[in-house]
Amino acid sequence: MSNSTVAVEHHNPALQHHFADMEQQKNASELGMWLFLGTEIMFFGGMFLAYLIYRLNYYNEFAAGSKSLDIYLGTANTAVLICSSLTVAMGVRAAQLGKRKLLIVLLLLTLVFGLGFLGIKGIEWYQKFEEHHIPGANFDVSDLIREYPQLHIVPAHSQLYFSLYFAMTGLHALHMVIGVGIFCFITYYAWKGKYGPEYHTPVEVAGLYWHFVDIVWIYLFPLLYLIDRRR
Amino acid sequence: MSEHISSNKLNVTIWITLMCLTVITATVSFIDLGPFNTVVALAIATFKALLVVLFFMHVKYSSEKLTKVVILSALFWLIILLTLSLADYGTRSVHAM
Repeated sequence: MSNSTVAVEHHNPALQHHFADMEQQKNASELGMWLFLGTEIMFFGGMFLAYLIYRLNYYNEFAAGSKSLDIYLGTANTAVLICSSLTVAMGVRAAQLGKRKLLIVLLLLTLVFGLGFLGIKGIEWYQKFEEHHIPGANFDVSDLIREYPQLHIVPAHSQLYFSLYFAMTGLHALHMVIGVGIFCFITYYAWKGKYGPEYHTPVEVAGLYWHFVDIVWIYLFPLLYLIDRRR
Repeated sequence: MSEHISSNKLNVTIWITLMCLTVITATVSFIDLGPFNTVVALAIATFKALLVVLFFMHVKYSSEKLTKVVILSALFWLIILLTLSLADYGTRSVHAM
């Protein structure tokens, strides 16, 4: 055939050959991320379930452990993450509108907030380290036993609370580290001018991941810090 | 088919709401409500998560119905995981020693 009926129109270089058009490609990418986030919900769900079951069994130790956390740093960290979600949401908008400079500024702000969260988390972990609240050979909750004699704390059960605390916040922090890594790449490509009104799927898909990690923290914060504070 | 672009006004409104809810939920934790401390904290968390999913993650404006199917299925599986497991542990007096 000399003359193909398929006209070769304006073809975006970012369009992969197995997709019909840019919109289909974008929808497929987003659906893929949502499916991944579905598996992540189950991944974190298992930890939340373990937390709920042990909290039912060892209620006093979980209340004491919860009270030993720094609620002000926890609240500050929640605020930092919410700010980072705002900069991501505004960044997606900047990419959609093709505002390159604004996009780069918002992505850098997101990185600052993300690293700030990890920094505050690090301070909290260091406090726990100094208090000997890290499960292991040097684990010691005699300070909590003295402070809350009415709770009749069993150290082994208290160790369960702190094991879950470090597993859950650690897994969340690992997701933050990965998110910061992803956003470094996104910022680099934004700087190279790869994203605009026609093509900004990576910004959006990375944004979905970032918002999801934010949502995990939105649930970790009340469960670990808040609900047993008044016992 | 043009995609939805959220206005900055909407983004900032959602952000302010989320920040206020964070302060409220932290403040409420200092007040003794008995079992309702948990209920209030988780209700606020769920409302915050809903705002993030609908507006920041653009699900409210998504034309792709499959996205919503995936989200609802994921939540359904999570509910299976939580309710069936808790029903099991809650109806036995097994205390792992």
